[in-house]
Amino acid sequence: MNDTRVLDTSTGIPNGKLGMWVFLASEVMLFGGFISSYVILRTGSPYFSIPPREMLGVPLATLNTFVLITSSVTMVLALDAVQKGSVKGLVRYLSATLFLAFCFLGIKAYEYHHKWLEGITLTSGLFGSFYYTLTALHALHVIGGIVFISYLLAMALKGRYDSREHARVEYAGLYWHFVDLVWVVLFPIFYLL
Amino acid sequence: MTAAVHREESFIGKWIFSRDHKVIGLQYMFTSLVFLLIGFSLILLIRWQLAYPGRPIPFIGDLLPDSLAPGGIMMPDFYNSLGAMHGTIMIFLGIVPLGVGAFGNYFLPLQIGAKDMAFPTLNMSSYWVYFVGGVLMLSSFVLPGGAARAGWTSYVPLSVISSGQTTWLLAMTFLITSSLLGAINFIVTTLNLRAPGLTWSRLPLFVWAQFVTGLILLFAFPVLQAGAVLQLLDRVAQTSFYMPQGLIISGELSQRGGGGNALLWQHLFWFLAHPEVYVLLLPPMGIVAEILANGTRKPIFGYKEVAGSFCFIAVLSFMVWAHHMFVSGLKTSLSYLFMTTTMTISIPSIAILTCYLLSLRNASIRYTVPMLFTLAFLPMFGIGGLTGLPLGFTPTDVYLHDTYYVIGHFHYVVVTGTLIALFGGIYYWFPKMFGRSMNMFWGKVHFWGTIVLMNLIFFPMFIQGLAGVQRRLYDPTVQLHNLTVQPTNVLMSYASWGLLLFQVPFIVNFFWSIFKGARSEENPWQATTLEWACPSPPLPHVNFEKVPTVHRGPYEYSVPGREADFWPQNEEN
Repeated sequence: MNDTRVLDTSTGIPNGKLGMWVFLASEVMLFGGFISSYVILRTGSPYFSIPPREMLGVPLATLNTFVLITSSVTMVLALDAVQKGSVKGLVRYLSATLFLAFCFLGIKAYEYHHKWLEGITLTSGLFGSFYYTLTALHALHVIGGIVFISYLLAMALKGRYDSREHARVEYAGLYWHFVDLVWVVLFPIFYLL
Repeated sequence: MTAAVHREESFIGKWIFSRDHKVIGLQYMFTSLVFLLIGFSLILLIRWQLAYPGRPIPFIGDLLPDSLAPGGIMMPDFYNSLGAMHGTIMIFLGIVPLGVGAFGNYFLPLQIGAKDMAFPTLNMSSYWVYFVGGVLMLSSFVLPGGAARAGWTSYVPLSVISSGQTTWLLAMTFLITSSLLGAINFIVTTLNLRAPGLTWSRLPLFVWAQFVTGLILLFAFPVLQAGAVLQLLDRVAQTSFYMPQGLIISGELSQRGGGGNALLWQHLFWFLAHPEVYVLLLPPMGIVAEILANGTRKPIFGYKEVAGSFCFIAVLSFMVWAHHMFVSGLKTSLSYLFMTTTMTISIPSIAILTCYLLSLRNASIRYTVPMLFTLAFLPMFGIGGLTGLPLGFTPTDVYLHDTYYVIGHFHYVVVTGTLIALFGGIYYWFPKMFGRSMNMFWGKVHFWGTIVLMNLIFFPMFIQGLAGVQRRLYDPTVQLHNLTVQPTNVLMSYASWGLLLFQVPFIVNFFWSIFKGARSEENPWQATTLEWACPSPPLPHVNFEKVPTVHRGPYEYSVPGREADFWPQNEEN
């Protein structure tokens, strides 16, 4: 994102920030398309069978939800640190966010493995098809976030950010909270309901 | 293509991987015009089959491989591929990239007095992603499995089981990504990079149209992406999102899990594709407003109403999609709902057209070539719009839906409407893009030939539709009731080949004028908007010698008490 004209935009909002919001709006529609398809078939198709809750591994998924929410907190703390001029704090909290993101993916991979062995596969029924499609799409977004945050971390270690120049940390934060939010929607509709 | 045109000054950073919105706009323009020609050529082959079913195609028939047309006679599968690819190429690779990618990229920043788009690198990637998607889509003709043959709407379950569809879905993913990157850029640019003094009520209608189009693209395309991913999984991973229980394919029970719903695809597809119609339509409406004000030397009648109607259309366009599905067994109560929203969306469209028509009142019209195209747009789009009303009412739609009437309606909107306005835009802005003007005599030849022949192609479609001729028919003569109108098929086919002939003056004029056309000054049309306040062509990367300040609305023509009949937006007094 190009921030050379941050100060003289018509709205006063930097291009990058506005661009990120606009991008996230389209992401809402993307996930919205998938989630409404899921809701429609789950409520409308007589052949939609929901696996028993024990097979879904709710405790592990709850832990994973907790991990992801915590990573959102560390992301906020990273932004707070750099706004106060602490590059050390920025590096610390970005690393924590990255660590938690990898934890999330690790737990997710274990869950996939477990479910597949139990017989919930991509073609075992509509529930499995939607479960893998939507969570994998979400995981792809997590991976995208990992790439973005790793880049920030590398730049932070090079000393590129300080209390004035840290717009990208904020944009990455916006994105990361969105990814978090999507999971907060996916978790109940797949595990709890 | 672009590289070939600019070979003598070519170096990669300037003409190929450029971040300058003007170069990207031109890249979009050349590429989309080539795709338009390709998409048009595909339908010319179909026109032969419809006029003379079962006879070998002259000249070209011998060049086609035996798998597609043995002995020069078109096979049904090839016919289906041509139809599907004609629709896909024209809409996703031709008209939208021309209206949005080319005109939007080039003139949106100029009209708001910006140096460039908000994200130039994103802009460049948007073009290249589009280019790769387009080449992939086109190459599907020679890839194993051939080109998609399930229609541009790709209805399931046919599309899930017919070959060639995987390439279509992958190519569409590229095109959707490209649109998304473009939409983000257009929206942020309009919001953030307006010149000092350029308030929302002073924005040219072209900018309004592009901005609203950006919003539609942003919200509509991701839903198709979701639908396309599900379709792709149904194809490659054997899931059953769209595949119903107990599906029988070629007499055999499908071995899939089943349980899905074929209508889900139609909902997801039309949720994109109805707003998409307004993506096709709004940029030309913006172009028409610019040329109309300039050619009538008057302000646009009801500027605020037109801008408001653009926004109203954008919102409503997301609530009308199921009127494409009246014959799918939709619940009656839902049909009523969508019938009502469909009738409602015709109100802003008619408001816009009425404002444009009233702009002509008491005007001393300058009959320039762009103005001719614009004047033709008004009645032609009117026919397209009004013939849509019977399709919005279920009682009439049930009869007309699967007939040529729908094809006629759609083509009146998108070809004699949109495409005609886009041609007008090319003639109008050519001096700005290349610093030279196009030849006006050949422009008029192009105009008259095109407009007459287009009507000869599309008007008989209404007659055929009312006579009950079904669309998608490989051989119209197999149904007895079609024979009475079969002569119109011959007329339409000759008209379509003539239409190709009448594009030659345009193509030659276009390329000849780039290099040899008469030199043009900064503001040859005596226009008021900002793009005419910078050199022709505008300076690379900065456009304006000095950032303009805007003092008034976009269409201050014939202001009483002033000597000149135009008052540019950036002139102090």
